[in-house]
Amino acid sequence: MVKLSVSDLQIRYGGATALEGVSFDIQEHEIFGIIGPANAGKTSFLKAVNRMDMFDPDMRVDGKIVFNDVDVSKIRNVYGLRRRIGVVFPLPVGLPLSIYDNVALSPRLNGQKKKAELDIIVERCLTRAALWDEVKDRLDSLGSLLSGGQQQRLTIARALSQDPELLMLDEFSIAVDPVTTMRIEDVLKELRKEVTIILVTNLVQQARRLADRTAFFLEGQCVEVGMTEDLFTGEVKDQRTRDYVEGRFG
Amino acid sequence: MENSSSTTPASFDQLNRDWYIDKAVQILVFIGGISAIVFIVGIFVFISKEGFGFLFGEFNFREFFFSPNWRPTSESKETFGILALIAGTASVTGLAMLIAIPFSLGTAIFIAEFSSGKTREVLKVTVELLAAIPSVVWGFIGLAIMNPIIIQTFNVPVGLNVLNAGVILGLMAAPIMTSIAEDALKAVPDRYREAAEAMGATRWQVIYKVVLPAAKNGLLGAVLLGVGRGFGETMAVLMATGHSINIPTSVFDSVRALTATIAAELGETAAGSPHYQALFTIGIFLFIVTFIINLIADLVVRGVRKG
Repeated sequence: MVKLSVSDLQIRYGGATALEGVSFDIQEHEIFGIIGPANAGKTSFLKAVNRMDMFDPDMRVDGKIVFNDVDVSKIRNVYGLRRRIGVVFPLPVGLPLSIYDNVALSPRLNGQKKKAELDIIVERCLTRAALWDEVKDRLDSLGSLLSGGQQQRLTIARALSQDPELLMLDEFSIAVDPVTTMRIEDVLKELRKEVTIILVTNLVQQARRLADRTAFFLEGQCVEVGMTEDLFTGEVKDQRTRDYVEGRFG
Repeated sequence: MENSSSTTPASFDQLNRDWYIDKAVQILVFIGGISAIVFIVGIFVFISKEGFGFLFGEFNFREFFFSPNWRPTSESKETFGILALIAGTASVTGLAMLIAIPFSLGTAIFIAEFSSGKTREVLKVTVELLAAIPSVVWGFIGLAIMNPIIIQTFNVPVGLNVLNAGVILGLMAAPIMTSIAEDALKAVPDRYREAAEAMGATRWQVIYKVVLPAAKNGLLGAVLLGVGRGFGETMAVLMATGHSINIPTSVFDSVRALTATIAAELGETAAGSPHYQALFTIGIFLFIVTFIINLIADLVVRGVRKG
């Protein structure tokens, strides 16, 4: 089943084109990698999917993004859309609430009030984000006071607490140490049973480890979409893809 | 290694022009900074000196704070009870805060969270203009506009009362509270809002669940500064309260404020008389209370920076 369908997507900021000519389908329970150097349009793509373009008056999105058979540009209740999509930003954002409240925020927005239920969700999400053991004794302290790497895992726990159908990770490992990164990658592999994942990453090896299929973005173009293994074994349609995954530029 | 070519110690260890300018600026800035403390201490010493004669003479703690009778010029027996004055100030300030808090927080939330571009600029300038209106003008509005409105609307004999002064004071305090509250809201980083919105929080949920908790110390500071402002305001309350000694039982009672009493009576007393000294004792009391309010506000706002 197709979870997210993108056709002829174009994103512009004022006069400058950030991304164009993007068309692909993402299957349910797939980990879909997006690799590419800075300024390739990866983050803009994620913003368009959950309608974060609304915060940026300069940002114009054309083409079609269909999530669960609904055209997101025509959606009336964007809040409903965003609640189904979890996002992890490159820089960690621990909200200035307690650790517990950070993770319980989303269930509460959805009307969950029972303490017992919230306790279960908080523990499960923090465990999955590999943070539970470090914070279980101080769930009342401020999330914004955690270290960078811990805040990033808190952000991941918060995204998971949405119980999302689609999880979008934007270079999540940028502020996390390698050991924790590997732990989170293991969690992502587990999660694929329940969730569809878009993994935007600078680390081509991370895409290789996790993604079923991978798209290569370069300078606002989607150069290539293919099976991840093919991309890394040289079975590419475009020479630039091979150059990038082999580290010859970018 | 040849030492002769490198700089000798003396060549850079010179008290040159930059060094002297730096020293001079340091001293100037230090004097500026210290002067605030000097003035505060000076004022306190002056007020205390004038009030101490009374404080250690005729001052009677029980009478001063618990008697509602302020009869400093009585022929038979002078009494100096400020309970009614405290009640006047407290009732007017309390009502003013009831009006100013929702107004100013609402305005601040609108300016900081909902308006943008030109609307925001116009609103901010307007609020700042409101804050700059002299208090005597507010008093005039209370006297000339609010007074007849209250008399007609509520069918009461006098329109100069707690209600009038409370509304006037509330409107006076609201702009400055709005300004500070808006600063507190603006200090909440946008990434918090974006993170919450990305989770599907509605705008109101973002404000209620994330922005207000994050800004709560600053907002509390704004409220306390408003209270301090209300407490210390003199001219407007003198004109709008009716200036009659009363422990109010309804908002339509005329009252008299601590500050207004000093302003109205000090000029007519003989320097050094018990009445004169009693007024200065009220001054000491006001000084201490305002100091405590400001101190709490400061501690609370400092809490923001730590959090």
